[in-house]
Amino acid sequence: MNNLETGLTTETTDMGDRKWDTVVTPSQGWLNFDLLETWRGRDLIFMLVKRDFVSVYKQTVLGPLWFVIQPVATTLVFVLLFGTIARLPTGGTPPFLFYLSGLVTWNFFATSFGKTSDIFASNAAIFGKVYFARLTVPISSLISSLLTFAIQFVLFLIFAAGFGYLKDPLMAARAALLTIPLVFYTAMLGLGIGLCVSSLTTRFRDLGYLHGFALQLWMYSTPVIYPVSLLPIHWQIISVINPMAAPVTTFRSLWLGTPMPDPMSWIVGIGITCVLLFLGLSLFSHTQRLATDTV
Amino acid sequence: MANDTVIKVEGLGKDYRLGVINHGMLYRDLQSWFARWRGRPDPNAKFKDVSLHQQEEHRMREGNFLALDDVSFEVKQGDTLGIVGRNGAGKSTLLKLLSRITQPTRGSIRMRGHVASLLEVGTGFHPELTGRENIFLNGAILGMSRSTIQRQLEAIIDFSEIEQFIDTPVKRYSSGMYVRLAFAVAAHLEPEILIVDEVLAVGDIAFQRKCLDKMQNVHDSGRTVLFVSHNLTAVSKLCSRCILLSGGRLVGDGPTAEVLNEYVSAVSSNRRPSREYPLPEGPFEARIQRVSVTGADGKITSVTELAEKFSIEIDYELAAAVEGLSVGLQVIFIESDLTVVSLSDPELEWSRLDARTPGYYTSRVEFPAGLLNTGLYQVRVGMSAHGKVFHVVEDIFFEVIDNVGIMIPLGQERKNAILALQLPWPSQRQEEKARWTTETHSA
Repeated sequence: MNNLETGLTTETTDMGDRKWDTVVTPSQGWLNFDLLETWRGRDLIFMLVKRDFVSVYKQTVLGPLWFVIQPVATTLVFVLLFGTIARLPTGGTPPFLFYLSGLVTWNFFATSFGKTSDIFASNAAIFGKVYFARLTVPISSLISSLLTFAIQFVLFLIFAAGFGYLKDPLMAARAALLTIPLVFYTAMLGLGIGLCVSSLTTRFRDLGYLHGFALQLWMYSTPVIYPVSLLPIHWQIISVINPMAAPVTTFRSLWLGTPMPDPMSWIVGIGITCVLLFLGLSLFSHTQRLATDTV
Repeated sequence: MANDTVIKVEGLGKDYRLGVINHGMLYRDLQSWFARWRGRPDPNAKFKDVSLHQQEEHRMREGNFLALDDVSFEVKQGDTLGIVGRNGAGKSTLLKLLSRITQPTRGSIRMRGHVASLLEVGTGFHPELTGRENIFLNGAILGMSRSTIQRQLEAIIDFSEIEQFIDTPVKRYSSGMYVRLAFAVAAHLEPEILIVDEVLAVGDIAFQRKCLDKMQNVHDSGRTVLFVSHNLTAVSKLCSRCILLSGGRLVGDGPTAEVLNEYVSAVSSNRRPSREYPLPEGPFEARIQRVSVTGADGKITSVTELAEKFSIEIDYELAAAVEGLSVGLQVIFIESDLTVVSLSDPELEWSRLDARTPGYYTSRVEFPAGLLNTGLYQVRVGMSAHGKVFHVVEDIFFEVIDNVGIMIPLGQERKNAILALQLPWPSQRQEEKARWTTETHSA
């Protein structure tokens, strides 16, 4: 009988030793994920990522170039606004590279957060009709943001090399090695906070309006366009509490040799990320079960 | 293992909280909490939701609506089980629970083998992607692996009959092509248990038959099928066994013919499409003998097809010559208590003041196809003369259903309209821009 080969044995019945593949009960618990089912959904994750990418540049003239144009254009605007007009100091680093390094890191966080934050609202039509492991959706959007980041990161490296950085291969190797955990940290922070927001928006639509605005404020309180040293001493606490300050500053420091952030900001940041990720996953696992009743 | 149980449902129940859960705004939630804290009625409770089920007070419990209550049944390997019941009986809730879209409040479902459910076709189709890309995306959403899709790709494209457009974005497809492609993917799922909603109610007749045949194949290959439908013909053709839901409870379980009989007679016992009225005690001038709703074939029916015409027949008796007689007929849409059609016998216009002679009369009013949208309707017939009412009856009911799928292509919800008139819609391309505006101005 081929129905036993699918595995996923969850429970032994009272009728004997025959096994059930699927058991649906009113489940409790806050961290209740079917990881095996999520793993089986890897083809779906691949298709969702592909959809995200293919659909972005269909019917556009420049196509995938938009992944590159957007950060470069924003950086140029920043150079004009904050560099040439406002004359914010960048500590000797070329303003273009300074802003681009900040933006590349920040954008990665913002897209990881943004894409996961409206999962229930934007997938209501699918969630209401088909069951699959819901965790596949945030995972696929995280992979999409990671790929976008990879493109923009390469772009940044090209510009950095053009400006005469990355001469020392040993320095570059060290930077590359340390960028990996930094990216992982940023992804987890974006995912955690995105999951929190996505679960809460099923109950409170207000959050949907708030999040774009909050993200903008958050960016300006993160040292994307200014060095931390520019802040008055008693304001620098912001960059210790703000969990995005550490990765943005560290990324810049690794590749452009600007000062490293206060180690305390990493400790606080990792703590906040762990809490948000745990909270986000719990809320998500709780919400996914009944979201179709409320959205 | 031919008699192996593959689905076991025990004591299944699902409650929906009415009115209070779905504000979507923090402000409203606070308002509700505050009102309840003060012991006042919740200002945000939605009475509209409740009124839909106003005749089902037994389904309300502490502000919760029992969409499904204590349902238990088993399905054996290779069975084709039909799930029937009126609108609102709990069919779609059961379907959602079986396909794991939402979780039960009570009880359990146990299943063995890979389950696929089709509550609609084309879920997740992305308009910008091509037909081929959407096959992979939709297949993955329905739980097919990449290799399965690759293997079946030829067959899917073949089944869809749109090979020449397979690399065109689906946003350029006609709705017919869209449905064909969507169903082609669904038809090539290879689950051990297949749960199907009324997705068959789409497409032209030939394509529908093709889909029914495909389902028959699934069944013949020894797999288990759960089939929810209003289409009793399709149910009796496909299913050997049926369960009947009513008011959220399981009220029938057995061979299809028996359950369908039970269903049809249950519907007709309360809400009959035809009634005969006894002679009144004592003398009378005019009385209604019988009112019936008949389908396109002229037979009495409680269910009429949206795409077919139907008639209402009125038999009445005049004991004396009645001057100024008026025989009137109203068709009322029950859900909103709205009179959709109001007619009276034009030959009896009372300015003519001539009397209809005593005797027995039969009137037959024919309604065109597509006049009424799906729903439950009540018929009221009255006889009067110069304000004097002789006889009024209003206990005749019929339901309009849409088996052909005119109003619900692509699994869309029922359109919120009372009429389902399908009018011609000619369009012409204008060579010049908005010439009529100047004419309007000069006029």
